Amino acid sequence: MKTTASVLALAAVAFTGVAASAQDMANEMTIVSWGGAYQKSQLKAYVEPYVAAHPEVKVVWDESSAEAVAKLRAMNEANNITWDLVDVEAADAIRLCDEGLAKEIDFDGELAAGDDGSSATDDFGESIVSDCFIPQIVFSTTVGYRTDLVGDTPPSDICAIFDLEKYPGKRSLNKRPLANVEWALLCDGVAKEDIYEVLATPEGQDQALAKLGTIKDQVVWWTAGADTPQLLADGEVVMGSTYNGRLFSAIAEQNQPIGMLWDAQMLDFDGWIVPEGLDAPRLARVMDFLKFATDSQRLADQAKWISYGPARASSASLVSTHADLGIEMAPHMPTDPANAKNVFVTQYEFWADYRDDIDAKFQAWLAQ
Amino acid sequence: MTDQTAGTAPAGLSPDEARRADAAHTGPMLAADGTPLKKSLARALRRQKLRALALIAPLLIFVLVTFVVPIGDMLLRSVQNGIVADTLPETVETLSDWDHDGTALPGDDVWTAFYIDMWFAVERKEHTRLGTRLNYELTGMSSMFRKTGRQVDRFDTDVYGEQFVALDPSWGQPQSWAAMLDGPAADALPLTARTWERWKDFNAEEGDKVLEEDIPDFLFTALYHDLTHGAEVEGVSDRLSAAKAAAAEFEPVDLSAQFADADEDLGNIDVWKTLQLYSPRVTSGYFANSVDMQLTPDGIEARPENQQIYGILFKRTLFMSLVITGSCILLAYPVAWLLSNLPMRTANLLMILVLLPFWTSLLVRTSAWKVMLQQQGVINDVLVWLGLVADDARLTMINNQFGTIVAMTHILLPFMILPMYSVMSTIPPSYLRAAKSLGATNWTAFWRVYFPQSVPGIGAGSILVFILAIGYYITPEIVGGNTGTFISNRIAYHISSSLNWGLAAALGTILLAVVLVLYWAYDKIVGIDNVKLG
Repeated sequence: MKTTASVLALAAVAFTGVAASAQDMANEMTIVSWGGAYQKSQLKAYVEPYVAAHPEVKVVWDESSAEAVAKLRAMNEANNITWDLVDVEAADAIRLCDEGLAKEIDFDGELAAGDDGSSATDDFGESIVSDCFIPQIVFSTTVGYRTDLVGDTPPSDICAIFDLEKYPGKRSLNKRPLANVEWALLCDGVAKEDIYEVLATPEGQDQALAKLGTIKDQVVWWTAGADTPQLLADGEVVMGSTYNGRLFSAIAEQNQPIGMLWDAQMLDFDGWIVPEGLDAPRLARVMDFLKFATDSQRLADQAKWISYGPARASSASLVSTHADLGIEMAPHMPTDPANAKNVFVTQYEFWADYRDDIDAKFQAWLAQ
Repeated sequence: MTDQTAGTAPAGLSPDEARRADAAHTGPMLAADGTPLKKSLARALRRQKLRALALIAPLLIFVLVTFVVPIGDMLLRSVQNGIVADTLPETVETLSDWDHDGTALPGDDVWTAFYIDMWFAVERKEHTRLGTRLNYELTGMSSMFRKTGRQVDRFDTDVYGEQFVALDPSWGQPQSWAAMLDGPAADALPLTARTWERWKDFNAEEGDKVLEEDIPDFLFTALYHDLTHGAEVEGVSDRLSAAKAAAAEFEPVDLSAQFADADEDLGNIDVWKTLQLYSPRVTSGYFANSVDMQLTPDGIEARPENQQIYGILFKRTLFMSLVITGSCILLAYPVAWLLSNLPMRTANLLMILVLLPFWTSLLVRTSAWKVMLQQQGVINDVLVWLGLVADDARLTMINNQFGTIVAMTHILLPFMILPMYSVMSTIPPSYLRAAKSLGATNWTAFWRVYFPQSVPGIGAGSILVFILAIGYYITPEIVGGNTGTFISNRIAYHISSSLNWGLAAALGTILLAVVLVLYWAYDKIVGIDNVKLG
């Protein structure tokens, strides 16, 4: 009789335990990011303050953002989603949303309103490029150069890449068509507003490749964002494209003899997606964290550790100084008015359609 | 045993005959426990086999589960194409009759089918996935499906519902539809009946009750389509007969115009040709793509020259793997010879030097080559310092084929040295001495006596190095530039970046087939028995 009672009691405890944890939030969260300085900025700005307020939460990092789309697709097929929150570029977020692998977000219902009182939808504004994508930062692909290798007249506009007479030497460019083909057409005399129209035609694509062909044997093609700063530091290239935060880090934090251009920078967004198919406790925890991590102050805080612009309009005025160097960060943001005089904004719709086609031509052109 | 049987046999018979006679008399030979010997032997053997199988079972199961099954699954993706027929079943069905040679867009039945399919696809968020799939074949499909998906539930098809309900309010009641399509009307209204089934399934998935939901516009559209396309409703029910008579007078909705409003690309005949071409569940399209061809309605054609890439990459991968194998043989042979001929103590030290790279990370080794070979790197600096190369004409040794061959030769060298060494260390040195004492020169003794015995080591090393090289990925990615990348880099791109897994699977299948063919050829020419790892 006694045993039966204790078994019953045990079952009751177990049952209430299960019921309680189903309502509660999960205490472990796997966040996927890019590693390096960028992940550190997320750790300092979002995760450490959040864990300080919720000591029961344990955060596991996975540095897999570069393969996030493929891995999420594989997880979905295996019906075993092990990630809770994934940091991806906007183009990847759109694809994940298209494939039904990312959860749609109710911006005003699930995220914090701006510090200035604007609704989340208004505050994020144009950076909401997909229903599944919660933007964090604006970054740009832009060009850096060796100050000691460009003579007395450092380059001031993007077409310096194609000017082998004035700036002889190797240059490093991304081994993907994005940004390269736009710059090529711009420097081949195509008006900026016509570029995507021209690029949609086979002739326009050939024109862009022909322009790139004028410097093809002087180009080192990079595949990782860290390549160009390294090549510049080694003096292997005179100039090269990379992400603006990498250049800031080489210039301001490592004091390399490197200068940078803001002309014709290619603006892009990076942000979070929540995988589709999380169970209720995990989802509740992630949404709770997201609401905190994407509010105006947190996005502004991130700029203390990395020179990427916050995606919320209301965060701009909250951006302060670099955490270690103490310099004002606002002038180093790609969105700063002085830097944003001539910008490209990545055309996601265009690239979703033309990526396969242009990339096939680009890679064939590279290999031939 | 033969002797025993012979002993008991009647005199005058040979032992063999005696045994046969004995077997005929007493039945089969018995083991100690009384079972027939044959059976008992077989059982013992079977037990032995089972035990052997049980011993290797963990490995077998492991290899099956983690290797054979996933790879088989991946390879199958190179022909699978069920996504079109699964997402747009009605469209695929009706489109099969459409004549793609003509210049006319598909007719009413296709538009109606496409409308119904798209409604379900959008609700299940499958249309964008299909768009991504078809965008590999025709640029623009991705945004076409996305844009159309946003519009499809805002079409003007609500006028059908209004007109049917105005005719008879019972058309607005789900119960009447359920009752009607349970009966003979289902045969008269094929599209409506099929769509009703899908609508029921959809509600079941969502956990809704179909009898509590309003009749959606696309069901009225299907009904209108059936009624105006010769549905034989005579004698089925008065309500249907009345509806058929009235439907002829209904205000119609031009679905093709509605779709053209959503996205003008739907008026492009190439879109429909592509849809029809990729309707079947099994496609050769991926394989065509992976050999620089493309599937067209008129058969398989070569791609335009500026898009041909895989032929180049396959040839380059084979060529460079051969060069790497060759340079490994040249470099490894003397080292292996030294290793097997030096005194033990020195040989061991040398062996550690050979193995040292194995204990270093692959990435570190590859990056080290970058530092060595780049234009501002160690080798160029030394050459400039020696005055052999002018400062403004430094050699380009990295980010091209040369750099890839150098780095990969270094990385794969131990795989050549070790098998060579283990074969050479079994060749007795006395053979060479014997050859020389019989008057052979050093060269003849080596070439006629030593070398032939070391060939199995070369064979084993070559197979190892070549097969490793042909699928190499990291080193060409880092130091390959644009002339030193392999086919595996492109496969990786399609797996992780473009998400075109079908194409990646087709490329992988071809690579696997090439390796198997080469292996077979190697077996024919050199003989696989001539391969020794020790």
